[in-house]
Amino acid sequence: MAINTDYVGRTFEPSAPYEVSRVKIAEFADAIGEPSALCRDRAAAQAAGYPDVIAPPTFAIVVTAANSARVTHDPALGVNYAMIVHGEQSFEHARPLHAGDVVVSQTTIESIRPVGTMTTLTTVTRIRTVDGEHVCTARSTLVERGA
Amino acid sequence: MVNGTSPSYDQTEPGTELPPRQYQVTRRDLVRYAGASGDFNVIHWNERVARSVGLPDVIAHGMLTMALAGRFLTEWAGDPGAIAEYGVRFSAPVVVPDDDKGATVEVAGTVTGRLDGNRVAIDVTAKANGTKVLTRARAVVRLAPC
Repeated sequence: MAINTDYVGRTFEPSAPYEVSRVKIAEFADAIGEPSALCRDRAAAQAAGYPDVIAPPTFAIVVTAANSARVTHDPALGVNYAMIVHGEQSFEHARPLHAGDVVVSQTTIESIRPVGTMTTLTTVTRIRTVDGEHVCTARSTLVERGA
Repeated sequence: MVNGTSPSYDQTEPGTELPPRQYQVTRRDLVRYAGASGDFNVIHWNERVARSVGLPDVIAHGMLTMALAGRFLTEWAGDPGAIAEYGVRFSAPVVVPDDDKGATVEVAGTVTGRLDGNRVAIDVTAKANGTKVLTRARAVVRLAPC
């Protein structure tokens, strides 16, 4: 089943609020080997001008994960998840995420394009605080291989 | 930071090469990244399933490869908050064999331009087993003015 092109331009409901925690940031920094004290030591982060420990740039994928899964598993969109590979990913950060941020993410389907036997699905997810401050825009292209 | 001094905008010219780095990725790292990120896709930890979908072996999460190349940038800049923009295309998987050494990801980067707001543009390359695993890997990094 092909991906439903009627979904181009559709914006999904915002995610439930996600609270960025110091523990999760440190766990993620450990997992990628990011050595910076700014990801672990609140005093060091504050000395560098941040309100609290900051997340590495690709941590935003953790924040958007639940929302992305909801989109790609929408049965009416028709993504064959077993055939999906991650094609491209980008982040634009207005500022780094930091511990204590409570954020929601909201995804729009930007494009659905056939490429030979494959189909690409590009989504744009905007992360903002519950107070409405824009923090990050994540753009993701998934590639569904032909069956 | 690596050498105790962070690069400054004033002293960073187009053509400046970032010190290349090598990162080892073992099966253990994949399990750890799965837990930290919440991405438990089976192809990142189960050889039987990876082979059944046509892969040569277990492969690393693309987002882990992106994160390692991101770490290359943040270590250079001296601040994980300095990365304003960062994007990649995943051009080939990083195959991670079931041994103690795992895969080696080689990352390099070159400053391609100076932007306003004390920012510089950087092109990044990442290879594993001689194959480019990221292409169109570009970042905009904010530096201290001087």
